[in-house]
Parts: sequence; structure tokens; C-alpha cells
Amino acid sequence: MRSRLPVVLVLPAVVGLAFLLVPLAGLLVEAPWTSLPAQLFSTEVVQALRLSLVCASLATVVCLVLGVPLAWLLARSELPGRGLLRALVTVPLVLPPVVGGVALLLVLGRRGVVGQHLDQWFGISLPFTTAGVVLAEAFVAMPFLVISVEGALRAADPRYEEAAATLGASRWLTFRRVTLPSVMPGVVAGTVLCWARALGEFGATITFAGNFPGRTTTMPLAVYLALETDPDAAIVLSIVLLLVSVAVLAGLRDRWIRT
Amino acid sequence: MKRALALVLVLAGCSTAQPSASTGEITVFAAASLTESFQKLGQEFEAAHPGTKVVFNFGGSSALAQQINQGAPADVFASAAPANMKQVTDTGAITAAPVTFAKNTLQIAVPRGNPGKVTGLADFAKPDLKIALCAEQVPCGAAAKKVFAAAGVTAAPDTLEQDVKAVLTKVSLGEVDAALVYRTDVRAAGAKVEGEDFAEAAGAVNDYPIAPLAKAPAAAKDFVDFVLSERGRAVLTEAGFAAP
Repeated sequence: MRSRLPVVLVLPAVVGLAFLLVPLAGLLVEAPWTSLPAQLFSTEVVQALRLSLVCASLATVVCLVLGVPLAWLLARSELPGRGLLRALVTVPLVLPPVVGGVALLLVLGRRGVVGQHLDQWFGISLPFTTAGVVLAEAFVAMPFLVISVEGALRAADPRYEEAAATLGASRWLTFRRVTLPSVMPGVVAGTVLCWARALGEFGATITFAGNFPGRTTTMPLAVYLALETDPDAAIVLSIVLLLVSVAVLAGLRDRWIRT
Repeated sequence: MKRALALVLVLAGCSTAQPSASTGEITVFAAASLTESFQKLGQEFEAAHPGTKVVFNFGGSSALAQQINQGAPADVFASAAPANMKQVTDTGAITAAPVTFAKNTLQIAVPRGNPGKVTGLADFAKPDLKIALCAEQVPCGAAAKKVFAAAGVTAAPDTLEQDVKAVLTKVSLGEVDAALVYRTDVRAAGAKVEGEDFAEAAGAVNDYPIAPLAKAPAAAKDFVDFVLSERGRAVLTEAGFAAP
């Protein structure tokens, strides 16, 4: 059944691949490879890298806990104005991240609508903390998860859920044992997108959580500041971030494909 | 078709072949802190030289220097620090001697009403106050480091921001109690931010150099002269800059 691949598809596909990979190759060519090992093991880089991985992972957990139910609500419920809600969920995608950061400050900042009460009643102040980084990343990354899970839910056949219901399963049981397994590829894809977006997050993070080494300086922030004085160091930092994220994603991908 | 092409060539020739007269478009790369004053000067320059258009690219001085060295089409470079000007003169993109046209000093910026009751540099060491500074990699951060060293104060910042604008956002929203920024930035920020002078600021005065690029048309030199003129000085003083 194998036939020749159609040129109309292959040609743009190759151009697309080159478009995505050539800038990356540019980084690799320009990189000062000799100083890479020294940079890699400096405390600042290790600190920023660890903070990036921890915060992106925590943000992804927040997105999963809140985002999967939200996607279910958007795909399965009969809420009035669902179309509008669906559009509003994508707002953080469209918003410049810096504006998202300012919006978070206006709500959760020390003088924010919600933040002032957190501060007065519980003594909790989120800006300039690691928790603030997680929140900012989750805010920007969650739409990626919600959209892909919702798409998977809408493409899934609802008759399996109906069958489960006629057999006496509650909606919660149906969700856990029927719905969730059937949309797993969508959840996995959404999780990857969400984690990757959180890992590269810059604007909302620096605006809401600020920049302080060991507390809120993630890799993208370190890269940006290195660019001010030492472009070579910035390239090295970017490559470190790229290698680590590609390694993590490739490693997880193999595991998912096997199961 | 051929005739159209010839016409285009003639027109293109016209627009580039008059380097002596002060007409045409010039592109000015200027430090972000010069935004308000240079836009005003640009309009006045255009009014005084009909047919000339001044286009601005405002940004961080180090980013601008990199852009120019990568071949960005700049005709004039006005930097917030001599170090960034040197990056451009080093590559030969600028051959004229840069001239210092303004000076800027640091001020303590506090939210309106000064909720943290900040009165001097010593307050920056208090751990219970929220403090924002510029990162050391950007000029305002380097200057802040200098004044803290001179004053013998160990600052306890909560955040090291990537530029002055980010610092001012945090001050105007009341997220921090105090910050160190340039006097001109405080003035540009409006009523939500108050500025306080402090004695040690004299130890970290920032020079702003300006120069036309080697390949720039004559209008670029005219614009530099206008910035250095009495009128230029007046506009810059109004924005909070000190005379060189």
C-alpha cells in the first residue's frame, strides 16, 4: 500500500522543519563551546536551571489539577455562554506576557484586589516569591493544556460515556474510568505544551515575581540579563536550557509511546 | 516595464544622492530614558528643517549598541552610558568623537505617600521593606551598586529588575516601598511615584554621549548639533537631566 509521498506535502514540510531548526542551528554555530562546561557547572546556572525545572513542573501540576476539569466543563456541560467562556480561556495566549504579569499584580499584588486581603489576613505576599513564579507560569501555560484536552474531549465518542452511565456508573466514575483514559493522548500533548511553555516563560514571571537569584531567577530571566553584558554567556545559557528540555521531553515521550 | 524600472532607479538615486542638504529621513537610536525629550526635539527639528523626518528607535543602550554593530540602519546614537558608546566606536561604526550632552543622577523612588517611610539610603538595608533595584548588568543597577558601596549600605533588594521601566511599574503599583532609579525616570513616571534626593547620588553621575554614525547623511550631524544647542539643553533640563 506504500506509494510515493506527495510533493505538495513534503516540500512545505521540509521548509517548515528548516524554518524551525535553522535558528537553533545558528545558536549552536555561534556558541562558544570552550566556555560551555565552566558555565554549565557555575552555581548561578545550576540554581537557575533547578528553579526553572521545579517551577515549570509545579506550574504544570497546577494546570493539570485545574485545567483538565475546566476542559471537561467546556466540552461536556450545557453551560450558557460556553462559546464565550471558551474564547476567554485563551486570553492569556493572546495577552503579551508582561501585561499578564501586570494583571496578576493588580489582583494578587500587595495592593491588589485579592492580594491585599491575603497580606492583611494571612500575611501572604506572592510577588517576589517562588510561589509567584509558579503562579505566573501557570497563568500563561494553562490555556495550552485546556485547549488540547478540550479538543480531545470533543473528538471522543460520547457513546462510551453514555454506555457507562446506563450501566449505573456515576459521572465521577465515568470520568475517571472511561473519559480520562480515552483522551489520554490529548492530556499528554497538553501537558507537554504546558510544561514547555512554563519552562520558557519570561514576561509574566519577571513582572509578577521579579528577579532574585535562587528565589525567582529562572533560566529565561538569567538569559535575558546575560544578554545585556555578555551575549556569549546568553547563548550558552540558552543551549543549556534547550538541551535539558529536549532531554526531558524525549525521555518522557519514549515512555508514553511504549505504554 | 523597462521605463518604470528606470524611473525607480532615478528616484532612488535622488533620495540618496544629496548628502549635503539637511533633508530626507534620519534614524536616531536613543536610550529609553530619552524618549520624551528626544521626541519633542525631533518634532522641533523637523519643523526647523522642512523635508526632514526623524525616526526614533528607543531601547536599552546595550541592546541598541548590539543592533548598530549588527548593521541596524542607525544615523545617530545617543547612549545612556559611555560604555555602550564605546562598543560602537570600537567597531568603527562611529568615527566622530562622542560628545556628552546630558547627565543623570539617581533618586530614591517611593510610591505616592511614601508608605514605607523611606528617608534615605540606609532604609534600603531594612529587611521588612520591599526594595526593587535594577540588575547590575544594566546601567541603573551598576550606578546603584556604586552609591551603596560609597554609602557603606548593604542593600536588601527583593528583586533585581531588567530595566528602569520594570522598576517603576513596581513602585507605581505600590508593590515595593522604595527603589533607586534616575531622576528623569521619576519625573516621567507621573504622580504615582515620588522622588527623593540623597547626598551619595553625586558619586554615580551618568554621562550620556551622542554621536552621528560614520555613514550617516549630513542631517544626522545637524540633529546632534540641535541636541547640543541651547534649545536642546532646555528640553533636556525640563526632563530632569543635568547639564554636562
